[in-house]
Amino acid sequence: MATSQNSALLPSQAKFELKPPPYPLNALEPHMSQATLEYHWGKHHKTYVENLNKQIVGTELQGLSLEDIVVVSYNKGDVLPSFNNAAQAWNHEFFWESMKPGGGGKPSGELLDLIEKDFGSFDQFVEEFKSAAATQFGSGWAWLAYKASEKDKKLEVIKSVNAVNPLVSDYFPLLTIDVWEHAYYLDFQNRRPDYISTFMEKLVSWEAVSARLEKAKVQAAK
Amino acid sequence: MAFRSLATRKTLSLGLNSTRLTQSRALQTFSLPDLPYDYGALEPAISGEIMQLHHQKHHQTYITNYNKALEQLHEAIQKGDSSTVVKLQTAIKFNGGGHINHSIFWNNLAPIHEGGGEPPKGSLGWAIDTNFGSLESLIQKISAEGAALQGSGWVWLGLDKELKKLVIETTANQDPLVTKGPHLVPLLGIDVWEHAYYLQYKNVRPDYLKNIWKVINWKYASGVYEKESA
Repeated sequence: MATSQNSALLPSQAKFELKPPPYPLNALEPHMSQATLEYHWGKHHKTYVENLNKQIVGTELQGLSLEDIVVVSYNKGDVLPSFNNAAQAWNHEFFWESMKPGGGGKPSGELLDLIEKDFGSFDQFVEEFKSAAATQFGSGWAWLAYKASEKDKKLEVIKSVNAVNPLVSDYFPLLTIDVWEHAYYLDFQNRRPDYISTFMEKLVSWEAVSARLEKAKVQAAK
Repeated sequence: MAFRSLATRKTLSLGLNSTRLTQSRALQTFSLPDLPYDYGALEPAISGEIMQLHHQKHHQTYITNYNKALEQLHEAIQKGDSSTVVKLQTAIKFNGGGHINHSIFWNNLAPIHEGGGEPPKGSLGWAIDTNFGSLESLIQKISAEGAALQGSGWVWLGLDKELKKLVIETTANQDPLVTKGPHLVPLLGIDVWEHAYYLQYKNVRPDYLKNIWKVINWKYASGVYEKESA
């Protein structure tokens, strides 16, 4: 994922920009309303980016990539003040890019092969992902992530609380769904399971997930 | 509007000579308490749409899942299945906590024409002035803590029965106040989960926290305070 940072500036001037989703705000209708995008991207995500910029001015974090700020400020769980804003800025950009108009369906190629190897079948993966998203109590996210170690390369479904994401545990995130209530309340109210099903059936961009897997394999090989 | 009892007793009756049978404990199930006011009665501070969803969907779901977890716990205890007993604790804390917290919350609110927003008098009013300087100062502190809470949770005004003082605390998710200290008694809790305000206030939680004071039922909080500090 390209960082939305203006690298032409000196580190002391560097700040993050609010990158728009790769589609118009009404493009996910009727599955995710324009109103939701306007608030979720235009207010929540925007506020995380603005507050992050204010927080890193004049600190040694300024000039780092967003991913680096997330990992550094996670600080092995003893989080620094900038963690929440940095991680949420990263998570939301990743989330918009995880969806597309006319999304859903099934992945293909190597991604599908890996899913079938690690979950048994695509349907079993979907069950596990939906369950993680539905049972993350309170605020948080559900993820498909890739872990590469010397012994093994595998996919895992992970759920995380509040702003936490798999970067901090050395995973490569491939797909995410936001299950904070603000992500679905205007469209689905309390019906989180309906939101999750709609996300899987109508919104997921498997192209984006495949592209991320390719990048992850290249990075893991280094 | 009268309250229905928070619990209805459902006894497992085996009917036979009880000395021949293993002791069976009564399983209590819980049901949704009625609100002491109409859904729209707290407007414009909290919309009727939110009150109805919050009560009929969110609180009801906590109760449904709490009852389910308790039934599974009951079975696991009878079978001596410790692994399941321990595994169920999370579900019990989430859902039982959700039931406890929301039951308190409905009492913490009142329509303006029934005293909502009226400052506390008597011993609680005096205790607030002593502990915080003024009601305005207390309100400002609680609102700030509520606004700063990341994710989902509650902000509380509590009585520390041991230290005999008022405290402001936050809890995450549906953790009841007692998880922050066994001597803490909740006087007032404000739900800052997004479902409590999103349809009306969207991302502007501070506005929700500013307006909710117009419908806070200080009479209830005073009653609890007087009883617990006796």
